[in-house]
Amino acid sequence: MAHDEQTTERSQTEYEFLRRKRAEEMRGQLTSFAMMIFLTLIAFTAVAADFSPYLIVPIILLLAAVQVVLQLYHFMHLKEKGTGMIAFFMYSGMFVAFITILALVTIVWW
Amino acid sequence: MDLNKQYTPRTWPDHPETATMEGKNKFVGFWLLLAAETVTFASLFATYLALKDKGPSGMELSASQLFELPLVFAMTMILLTSSLTSVYAMYHMKNHNFKAMQAWLGITVLLGATFLGLEIYEFNHYVHLGFGYTHSAFSAAFYTLVGTHGAHVLFGLCWFIALMLRNAKRGLNTYNAPKFFLVSLYWHFIDVVWVFIFTVVYLMGVIG
Repeated sequence: MAHDEQTTERSQTEYEFLRRKRAEEMRGQLTSFAMMIFLTLIAFTAVAADFSPYLIVPIILLLAAVQVVLQLYHFMHLKEKGTGMIAFFMYSGMFVAFITILALVTIVWW
Repeated sequence: MDLNKQYTPRTWPDHPETATMEGKNKFVGFWLLLAAETVTFASLFATYLALKDKGPSGMELSASQLFELPLVFAMTMILLTSSLTSVYAMYHMKNHNFKAMQAWLGITVLLGATFLGLEIYEFNHYVHLGFGYTHSAFSAAFYTLVGTHGAHVLFGLCWFIALMLRNAKRGLNTYNAPKFFLVSLYWHFIDVVWVFIFTVVYLMGVIG
């Protein structure tokens, strides 16, 4: 590529501000990690506790969905600005994924 | 673009992964791949759900007899933690701390390799019980789904190691920052797929 990118030197204040902002973001990431661990623990305990499958299956599927949202929006930065196109790709993929599973499962079960 | 351009934490862009046109294009293209991968895994999940516990009449070894939760729980925790360590790596990448980034990537690789080791142990155990790939429709669907995920983990590990070695002397710049960022996205995606595998295959398998 022919064009050179511009590099600008930040002022000390700006640099410190960015570092602090990133450290805060990292604390947020730790919180979502703690939540993921917590959701996983609930899912495994619910199954080990031997409740009725009709109760457990919807609950653990919901917990999985919440955990995936945490991964996508926090760990994979979908909550940041300018990710509209990416979210569109991902939701289209999920939509086709849902139709695929629904179609195959209904063909076999009915 | 100079592939070996040097930066300092002061000159490092706020979003190094999308600071160049190449980085921006990689970013969008990679998410398109992840969306397509979602569909790939969906078809494998659908096959598994359709063929769960199906096979020749009088078949032994159903999901509820086979799967054991402690091992799966350990694997889940290891992979989830490796997802966090790669977040730490990207935190240091954004602060232009190359050594710390490499160290956290190294921890991520170790955790990923442990996960893969446990998965190989698990498959080996099943095969010794007589639950081979050709045992039944159920076993074929199970190994294809979980094995495809395992192959992704292996590919991710190779990708991490290749990037770490290739850029060990180069340091961090806007040429390789998108590469490190994408491999960490890929790693999170692998974790996303595993969340559904442990829920749909193992937890729902144990319930029966």
